[in-house]
Order: sequence, then C-alpha cells, then structure tokens
Amino acid sequence: MKIGIPRGLLYYLYFPLWDTFFKELGADVVISAKSNKAILTNGAKICASDACIPLKLFHGHVLDLANKVDAIFVPRLKSVAHGEYICPKFCGLPDMVRYSAPSLPRIIDTEVNIRKKSGKLKQSFEEVGKLLTSDKKKIVHAAEKALFQNAIFRGQMLNGYLASDLLQNRMMKKQVFQGITVAVLGHVYNVYDNFINMNLFKKMYDCGINAVTPEMISDTVTDRYAAEMPKKIFWTFSRKLIGAAKYWADSDEIDGVIYIMSFGCGIDSFTADLCERIFKKKGIPFYIIVIDEHSGEGGFETRFEAFADMLKRRKRNESDFSAYGEHSPIDQNAL
Amino acid sequence: MKVTFPHMGNIHLLIKTLFDELDVDYVIPPKCSKRTLELGSKYTPEMACIPLKINMGNFLEGIERGADTIVITGGAGPCRFGYYAEMHRQILADLGKDVEIITIELNENGIGELIAKLRKLFPKKTLATIAKGFFDGFKAIKQTDALEQYSFYVRPRELQKGATDQIMKQFESEAMCAKGRDIFKAIKLAKDKLSEVKRDPDCRPLKVGIVGEIYTLIEPLTNMNIEPILGNMGIEVDRSLTISEWIKEHIIKGGLKLKKENDFVKAACPYIKTMIGGHAQETVGHTVLYAQKGFDGVVEIYPLTCMPEIVANSILPEVAKDFDIPVLTLVMDEITGEAGYRTRIDAFADMLYRRRENKRNELVLSGN
Repeated sequence: MKIGIPRGLLYYLYFPLWDTFFKELGADVVISAKSNKAILTNGAKICASDACIPLKLFHGHVLDLANKVDAIFVPRLKSVAHGEYICPKFCGLPDMVRYSAPSLPRIIDTEVNIRKKSGKLKQSFEEVGKLLTSDKKKIVHAAEKALFQNAIFRGQMLNGYLASDLLQNRMMKKQVFQGITVAVLGHVYNVYDNFINMNLFKKMYDCGINAVTPEMISDTVTDRYAAEMPKKIFWTFSRKLIGAAKYWADSDEIDGVIYIMSFGCGIDSFTADLCERIFKKKGIPFYIIVIDEHSGEGGFETRFEAFADMLKRRKRNESDFSAYGEHSPIDQNAL
Repeated sequence: MKVTFPHMGNIHLLIKTLFDELDVDYVIPPKCSKRTLELGSKYTPEMACIPLKINMGNFLEGIERGADTIVITGGAGPCRFGYYAEMHRQILADLGKDVEIITIELNENGIGELIAKLRKLFPKKTLATIAKGFFDGFKAIKQTDALEQYSFYVRPRELQKGATDQIMKQFESEAMCAKGRDIFKAIKLAKDKLSEVKRDPDCRPLKVGIVGEIYTLIEPLTNMNIEPILGNMGIEVDRSLTISEWIKEHIIKGGLKLKKENDFVKAACPYIKTMIGGHAQETVGHTVLYAQKGFDGVVEIYPLTCMPEIVANSILPEVAKDFDIPVLTLVMDEITGEAGYRTRIDAFADMLYRRRENKRNELVLSGN
C-alpha cells in the first residue's frame, strides 16, 4: 500500500514518527514535492479564502499526492499534550480537505486526542496500524520504534540542527559565527518550510547571523518559563513559543527576534503580541514577518537586511539605540 | 468596587438583573458603537478577532465611566475566546490602567477558585442568593430571547412598516431603565404590544436561517442589524444561536456535566465528526436542519480569522450543494462597510425571491 504524506503543517514535527511507523508495517511512503509556487496556487484555488497560508499550501500538497498514492495520511489532531489543544483547524483538517479537493484517494483521518488520557495515543496507533496489518504485536512494535525515532529527531533539534535540514538528510555542520544570534519564532510549519520563510535561514547564514529556534530549547525549560503566565496557555505550540520567548528574554543569548506569522493565524495573533510585549520590556529588537500567498521575496529581503544592519550597528556602537522608535521603554501608546 | 463587563447583544440584561439583586455597584458600558470598535482596535493585536477588539472598547469606555473591576467569562480552548481575559489583562496593564479582571470559569484549579471569585464579587451573600440572582438573570435573558424571536416573526407580517422596530427600540430603553425584577414587566409590555401589531394574514414570507460564530451573530454592531434588515424586506428570520441556549448548554449542562444531546450534532455528523471548538459544528448542523425544515436560505456570519468557522466555511458549499439551499457568507472585521454589506444582502434576498418564483412556475408547468 502506498501512503502519501503531504509535506506541510506538522510534517515538520512528526514526519520521522509517521515515516518509521508506516515503513515498519511494510507500507511505501510517498512524500509530496517540496513546497513551491505551483503547489501553493493549486491549494489556494480550492481552499477557503480566509484560511492561513500553511493550510492552503497543505491543500496543494494533498492535490500533489492525489493520483500517486492509495491513501493520504491526514490525521485529525485534536490534542498532542495532556490538558492542551492545538489550533482547531487541525481538528477539522480531514473534513476541510475532503470537501475542498475533488476526487481524492482514501484519507486516513485517525483522531489523535490525548487531552484527557495519554493512553489514547496507543488507540490511534492501533487504528492506523489495522489498515496495514492484523498483527497487533507488530503494530505495538512499530509504534515503539516510531516514538523512538521521534525522540532521536527531537534530540537532534535540541543539539541545534534545523528541522528543515534534518528532514532533507542534510546534517550540516553547525557554523557558529562570532557576533549576532537571532531567534526565529513561529509555528514549525512556517519556520521550517523554506518556501514559506523565503529562505530565511540561508539569508541569515549569508549575513553571518546565527539562528536559534524554540525547538533547540528543551521542553522542561520552556514549560517552566511558560508556567509564569498567570493563565495556562492551552495551545501546545503557543506554550512552547511563549516559554522560549521568556527564556530568551531572561538570558542574553540573543540579539534580536524574528517572528514568522501567517496572515489570519488565530493563535499567532495572540502569541506574537504576547511575545512582542515580553521582548519589548527587555528592549530586545523584535520583528514580525506576516506572510500570505501574495508576499514577495524582494520586499522581505529589503526589510530583513535593514533589520540585520540595525542589529549589527546596535552591537558595534554599543549605543543601544532603540529598536522601537523611542528612547525609553515607556509605552507611548498609553491613552 | 465598580464592576463593568463586555456587551454581547442583550447579555447586559442578564448581568444587570443579577447585579441589581445582589447589590453590586456596576456600570454598563455604552452600547457598542463605531467609537467602541475604534478604541478597541487601537490597542489590540491587528490580527485578533473582532469580539476581542469590541470587548476591549467596552472595557475602556467602562473605565472612562469609573469602573475599576472587569468581569468576563473564560474557557480552556481551543477557541481563542478562552485566552481573552489574559490578553485584556496584559493590554490594560501595559496601558497603565489599574483594573482588576475577574474571570468566571472552571479551570484546572477546581471549583474552589470559582467560589472564591464569586465571594469576592458578591461579598456577604450566600451561594443560594447568588444562585437565585443568576436564575432571575437567566430568566430575563430567556424571555428577551423569546421576545426577539417573536419580533422576527411579526416584522415581515406587519401592515404598518416600522411598527415592530419602534416597539423593540422602546423596549431597549425601558429595559435599560428597569431596576432588578422590573425587567419582566418591560418584557411583558413589549410582548403584548407586539401581539397587537396589525398583521397581513395572507403573508407567506421567505424564511432565512442565520448561522455562524455566536458573538458576531448576536451583537447588533457586528451583524449590522441583520434581523431588522431582512425582516423589513419581508423575510422571516430564525437565529440558530441565542444567549440563553448558550448558557444552558455550556454553563448549566457543562457545569453539572450533564449529557448533551443536540440534533445539530447529529445533523452535522456526516460532514464534521467532532467538536472542534467555537461553533463550527453548530454552523454546519444548523444549516442542514434549516434545509430540512424547508427554509429558503441561510446566512453565515463570522469574524475574520475565526479558526473554527474557517473549517465550517470550507464544508458549507458541500452542504449547500447536497441540500440545494443557498448560503450567503459574511465575514466581519473592523473595516467592513455597511453599504457593501447591504448590497450583498439585498442581492441575496432578490435571488431568494426569484428562486421561489421559478420553483412555483415549474410546479405549474409540470402540473403537480
């Protein structure tokens, strides 16, 4: 059986897990082509117009797989951590895809919901595994192996490798520049998709800027920092981002922050604002890139270079001139 | 302590009754207006949904009138509404406003915290008195919802145009002045007046159902008075969500962990299988139900970037096709203009009229 995995959304977090699981059970895994203009245009054509760009891209990836595979894996992800949710669009994703795209092969839409009981994960594995084999032991074994591969993948990210490089089997030697380090924040599918982020990491590399991402900080640390929020953040990825932001704001590891946000993202609309408030209090330059299907690389490049220049001058002159167009951290917006 | 709270349609009638009975000092923010929205959008994140912006405007206008405490309800996701209170707290703190925000919610800290908050809000009151006040408030909003629904029925049938609008407007100001339980008198009076409105007995109005996200659906500023607009075109409106239903489902049944059995869940099942937060399931389910009940069309309203409704919105075309029912989608944000909105509603209504006529002619031709 050929199973297609769209190269979008949580592919950037769970691909090693899915891949190992399916391969252990003897399925062929086909990944859609790398994100490109054509995939985005095709996806945007069928997707609801006010959806975010990663969602439109995902629809394109599904279309790309449509005639190549026997089934497409679009899990219904409701919750991936105890007591937390993720964006509601993930939960309705199989329905969205099914009713937007014409004539698709079978969609594997197993629900993953471990909000109340973590044991439900086993059920989800079984449900998917049953499609490929009737041997329950084999499924359990494959699930264990998949989770192990997932842990290795996370470990490599903790060691400072980017998911986008790892998933293409490019274990580049980390080059550590003397000087400026910039944190890149955002949802994994925006940060690590080199089409969406318009080759941001390459641009940073060319400018001699080190990049760090939230996945390079361990969950224990980000959990601890996120717990400082007066109300628990109930979106898993948002919690990770806020935890990372608070950690970086406390340390002096970074010189600036770039937040990649997709237009119309419900969770980013709050998270980016909260992050901005955190960094603003510490006087750390913070720069939001909002992307949608009309974003042009030229404009982005200009703005990125200006930001990079500003960081370099801040560092060199030690004059610490303000990144927020004012001289003191007091808010000018006050009524 | 002077308490203020956000607007959402007529919810202030519930809170007013409750606070009056429990002797809470409160200030009702002025009715949502363009100024509320402008004030709110100035300080909230650009990409946030419109209810957050209007709530912010309400608070700022409440603070202008002397409020120092804000009461809102909370939640635990996945919809953004659950994190509203925290966003408001941060924004107001950064603005230098010294206000306390009390979130009425049942969170992971258990029921003890909720009771402590209620005690703070209503000092020297027993839980029984609070429950009684809440019950009266709930009764007030339930009757108001029924009154509104009745006005939707009367409006397209009235012989003297504008009669219903006038009664409802009068009710609005009378309800605002009513103290405590006097509100029930105001409701009764308005209801009697509505039943005396002279109606056209031969009128067979078109029927349109309204679905979507609850806040934009209920708040007149965001739905731009869609019920009166459609009603005055001679269309009978049914609104799928009301405040009293929401309270019944989420606070009473949810709080007591009663089993919820709703027909819209069943109706939505072939299209959307689980609860995904917000009102996506309601939107899809009610559209199916309206089609089955023989409604002529459905209007869907939601705020720009609303996560659950985007899911519902991508499924609705399929529902519309399967059940042969026209759906008009209206997405609201702070720059939505009223003229464009009116044009689209007019066109939609025209289309519905012609559709009905064509259907009738076909019936005649086919001889059925």
